[in-house]
Amino acid sequence: MQPFTRVDAVAAPVDLPNVDTDRIIPARFLRKPRNAPDFARFLFHDVRFDADGAEKPEFVLNQAPYRGAKILVTAENFGCGSSREMAVWALDAWGIRAVIAPSLGDIFHQNCLQNGLLPVLLPPASVATLRRQLHERPGATIALNLETQTVIGPDGAGYRFEIDPFRKQMLLTGQDEIALTLGYEVAIAAFERRQGIEMPWLAAGRA
Amino acid sequence: MFEKVWARHVVAEGPGGHVLLYIDRHLLHEGSTSAFGRLAKAGRRVRRTDLTFATADHYILTSGAVATDPEIRGMVETLSRHTAVQGIVYFGVDDPRRGIVHVIGPEQGLTLPGITLVCGDSHTATHGAFGALAFGIGSTEVEHVMTTQTLWQRKPQVMRVTVEGRLALGVTAKDVILAIIARIGAGGGVGHVIEYAGSTIRAMTMDERMTVCNMSIEAGARAGMVAPDETTFAYLEGRPFAPRGDGWARALAAWKTTPSDPGARFDREVRLAASEIAPTVTWGTSPQDALPITGRVPDPAEAAEGARRDSMVRALAYMGLTPGAPLTDVKVDRVFIGSCTNSRLEDLRAAARVAKGRHAVVPAWVVPGSGLVKRAAEAEGLDRIFVAAGFEWREAGCSMCVGMNGETAGVAERVASTSNRNFEGRQGRGARTHLMSPAMAAAAAVTGRLTDVRTLAG
Repeated sequence: MQPFTRVDAVAAPVDLPNVDTDRIIPARFLRKPRNAPDFARFLFHDVRFDADGAEKPEFVLNQAPYRGAKILVTAENFGCGSSREMAVWALDAWGIRAVIAPSLGDIFHQNCLQNGLLPVLLPPASVATLRRQLHERPGATIALNLETQTVIGPDGAGYRFEIDPFRKQMLLTGQDEIALTLGYEVAIAAFERRQGIEMPWLAAGRA
Repeated sequence: MFEKVWARHVVAEGPGGHVLLYIDRHLLHEGSTSAFGRLAKAGRRVRRTDLTFATADHYILTSGAVATDPEIRGMVETLSRHTAVQGIVYFGVDDPRRGIVHVIGPEQGLTLPGITLVCGDSHTATHGAFGALAFGIGSTEVEHVMTTQTLWQRKPQVMRVTVEGRLALGVTAKDVILAIIARIGAGGGVGHVIEYAGSTIRAMTMDERMTVCNMSIEAGARAGMVAPDETTFAYLEGRPFAPRGDGWARALAAWKTTPSDPGARFDREVRLAASEIAPTVTWGTSPQDALPITGRVPDPAEAAEGARRDSMVRALAYMGLTPGAPLTDVKVDRVFIGSCTNSRLEDLRAAARVAKGRHAVVPAWVVPGSGLVKRAAEAEGLDRIFVAAGFEWREAGCSMCVGMNGETAGVAERVASTSNRNFEGRQGRGARTHLMSPAMAAAAAVTGRLTDVRTLAG
């Protein structure tokens, strides 16, 4: 996993609440391999391009000041719906490194953490302030620092965000979670032995 | 109940309130192929092939044909190859037990009370109807479970949703969950597991409880649970993978200790009265945009200024609806009865009761949830009722719910659908989805418009 330490970059506002992962990447692209050369093009495909494949000028990421954005600042429940991790892969392929939101879809949130994309949760009023500033100053930057757990807005105001120490450490180091868990083999095997005695019917999974 | 299931599956405590949680059942579908690919590349094996089960549902054509698109066909073939290599039970294309992963888990007795169950699909919440802790995960976590049979998880909060009273005639489990989502909102359950309780839920069959739990994710909750009871046990007894003999007696004794203790505390409580719930349809592009069928298309001008109003305007434009119009004036172009929400035998019976002796005036598909549901329905003659009424009787699969197998609606086509998501583009680019119960969808098929099923005579 790519580590995340700090990003100081252009941020783009996404104002509608409940942006679902079908909108982030439509289902017909899910069978494409992650290393497909045009994977970034699938991001927000049906709201970003018209039926002929031309860019829709009203979509935020098609507007000149936001084309280099590495941060999205969204409304509540961004990434709700389907568990498709390709939503995060498409954001990553396009160049997004962090999402700042009042709340995120639970599975999307988890998928961000698995891919070195920083999910930042801030109170709704703070996020609304950031989005307003991004509209007022298109192309303005936001500075994110995971080590200090701080967001510096376009106007220089600072916000502290919470993230649990386990996820923070994983993101900072980019550690592979499977490798970490394999280190718990003794505990897993002990659990399986105990469960096998206490709940033997669970392993009887053969018709 | 959630607390008990959680506590029984903690393998190790990690930092920051994270625990390593053991997973008792891992269900796979074609979407698991990229995880299988990474597993193979790392030279690893599936740790517990006896706790891992696979089926093909997302990319199957329910016409019964083999996909001509090589990518779609390849998704099924790749799953078949990986499961064979790893030695995993696979309910494949020609297996009558094949079907939607959330239909066949319970049907086969793989889903049991008190277990942890995951699948790379957000509607895994369905299995919570049995008192299991069941939730959807992404592709990287699928690989993690394949390799270690565990997941690092932080404990969610628990919300209890209590529904009391008797449902009126024509009101179903689908209407209950749509009403719940409308109440708490599409993001209302974020960070929570929902425990469904109350006399309305207790009176429900397992098929109905699965419909309710299925759409927990549409309220933002990763998991929904119903306490196991005699209804649960009666459903499970004798299922192919359910415990037998001595194992059944021991399991039953353990399952009876799963429900929440009286006086258990919840982080949040929500209450609804069954008498407030009417047959419900959605009008917008979020499952929270739900109203009684007797209502009218809402007017954004009456909403407070801001994001909510903007979303309504956008949703109505996408849906092609006029504010103030009676919902029963909305004409539909086609009907889809199926999906992991509403494709079980009782769902098909409810739709057939409405279809019987009538005739569909728009194309209407009936897609059973599994090969076994299909067989059971045919044994009762439901297929003949549907066919006589001009409905199309199809093979099992996700079909038009998921929009990834080529079975989609066209631009601006309006679909009365028993599925779970009315998102923009969910059923095809530009397609317009109205969510409702199987009986309501069948009613829409025979009238060609959104219809209050209670107004169809006898």
